Amino acid sequence: MKPKKLAQKTGVMIALIAGACFAGLPVVWMVSSSFKPNTQIFAYPPHLFESDMSWTAYAAIFTDPEKVRFFLNSYLVALSVTAGTLFVGIMGAYAFSRWEFRGKRVLNTLIISVQAIPPITLLIPYFGLIVALGLYNTYWALILTYMVFTLPYAILMLTGYFNTIPRALDEAVMIDGANRFKALWQVIVPVSIPGLVSVAIYTFMQAWNEFLFALTLTKTNNMRTVPIGIQLLMGQHNYEWNQMMAMSILGCLPVLILFLFFQRYFIGGMTAGAVKN
Amino acid sequence: MSTKRRLLDRVTPVAYLSPTLLLMCILMLVPIVLVIGYSFMSNVIMTKESVFVGVANYFKVLKDPVFHEALWNTFVFTVGSVAIHMVLGMVFALLLNSKMISTFTRAFFRVIYVLPWVFTAAIIAILWRLILDPSGVLNYLLRQVGLIHQPIAWLGTTQTAMLALLLINVWAGYPFYMISMLATMQGIPDELYEAAMVDGASPWQQFWNITLPQMRPILLSLGTLDLIWTMQQFPLIWMTTGGGPIHSTEMLSTYTYKLAFNQYQFSMASTSGVVVLIISAALAVVYARTQRAGD
Repeated sequence: MKPKKLAQKTGVMIALIAGACFAGLPVVWMVSSSFKPNTQIFAYPPHLFESDMSWTAYAAIFTDPEKVRFFLNSYLVALSVTAGTLFVGIMGAYAFSRWEFRGKRVLNTLIISVQAIPPITLLIPYFGLIVALGLYNTYWALILTYMVFTLPYAILMLTGYFNTIPRALDEAVMIDGANRFKALWQVIVPVSIPGLVSVAIYTFMQAWNEFLFALTLTKTNNMRTVPIGIQLLMGQHNYEWNQMMAMSILGCLPVLILFLFFQRYFIGGMTAGAVKN
Repeated sequence: MSTKRRLLDRVTPVAYLSPTLLLMCILMLVPIVLVIGYSFMSNVIMTKESVFVGVANYFKVLKDPVFHEALWNTFVFTVGSVAIHMVLGMVFALLLNSKMISTFTRAFFRVIYVLPWVFTAAIIAILWRLILDPSGVLNYLLRQVGLIHQPIAWLGTTQTAMLALLLINVWAGYPFYMISMLATMQGIPDELYEAAMVDGASPWQQFWNITLPQMRPILLSLGTLDLIWTMQQFPLIWMTTGGGPIHSTEMLSTYTYKLAFNQYQFSMASTSGVVVLIISAALAVVYARTQRAGD
């Protein structure tokens, strides 16, 4: 029995390491390339470590105001979308959770089905619409667009969360003289923090990662976000591979940090999104 | 008092929902109505006088050989991605759920396995362009072990571009499956396995008769969601092959985008966009069904 168990354990470990190579080696290569001088990117034979590795590519990004701006734009847009979606989503979810009103079921179905609408289909009239609204090449265009895409999930998730909070809690606060609005923000919201964190992480990531609308609704480089900035680097005549890799690593940091600190919420949020309607 | 109260009860929820409704109407409902309208018009946006042409655009799109190619490629890419995602996600989740490894080992490997998921499509695209480059590291490794003799431009050759794209999308997409599956596996009661072991069931039998049936609902949900998402995938394709070479990786998304923003054929693009919408809607109905069946 013993040697069989050992063999099984070795088998599992070998499989785990093989899988880790598939998952992790591309990332290792990205990190390594970001420290190489650009002339060594395709050196033959390739080495993981070169003798002249340095922070040059990172320095080049941090000293280029245009590239720093990509990051500032991304943070500004993603944080605004997160705040906006939370605010609007909390209000909407509260209405779904606490009242029965005509058209509620239909509205609920509509909000669910919105999630299946292909962005590429929306994009064609969207461009003209944003121009007509005077929002073309502004932060508002991106913020409002991303809110529309993240609100359905926020409302569904938060409605479910609010439903678990007894109505008696609202009523107790209201008897004390507070109105509903106060009851929502001072009592319901504070006890819903775990649900709100899941929604916030989901929303931030969606906004941080979005590509198609950021590409189409902005024009000047001072409005571009990180994903578009990376594409712009690729469109140049000389590929600055080391800078593109450095920018990629800087670009994944917020998501990586969120993941490491809030793993629990990620998994809860992801599975809730996939399993509940 | 009571009528006032009742009126208040009807108006208040609408007030709470009004920001949502306003946003959804202007930025979701209006564009959908517009895009459907465009698909029945002669070329819009670019010309002042566009006229109603009925379903003429639909005939034109459905007869376009490039559209056929895009449809087929989308099918291959989507079904291939979803199938491999599911198998790989399952294998990795089973490995991480193995009783043979310690909690620390599990946590360590989980972080590594989740890594691809922290990168956005644009980043994944350039990373793999670096790796798959003819003078890149993958070609070097394959030549070292003797699998190929000449470096291959994986993304620039018609025969290999789709394969390369599948590899990239598999790498990008399996963590979502793995994490969802792992969470479900950990929720399966231990007693089921204990009872099976008493009956002398092998690990393979336990997998087929306990793990898989218990995971059926989430596999269905994940599969349908992934079908919808993969079918709509744009940035990964746009930034690696751009649909090329010679349409060998042209998908419905890149086809539609090019019609609109490279050729300024907004009516045709709208038509193609509506086709994508119809396919998505059909899949969404399937998704809603699986949800109800799972309850």
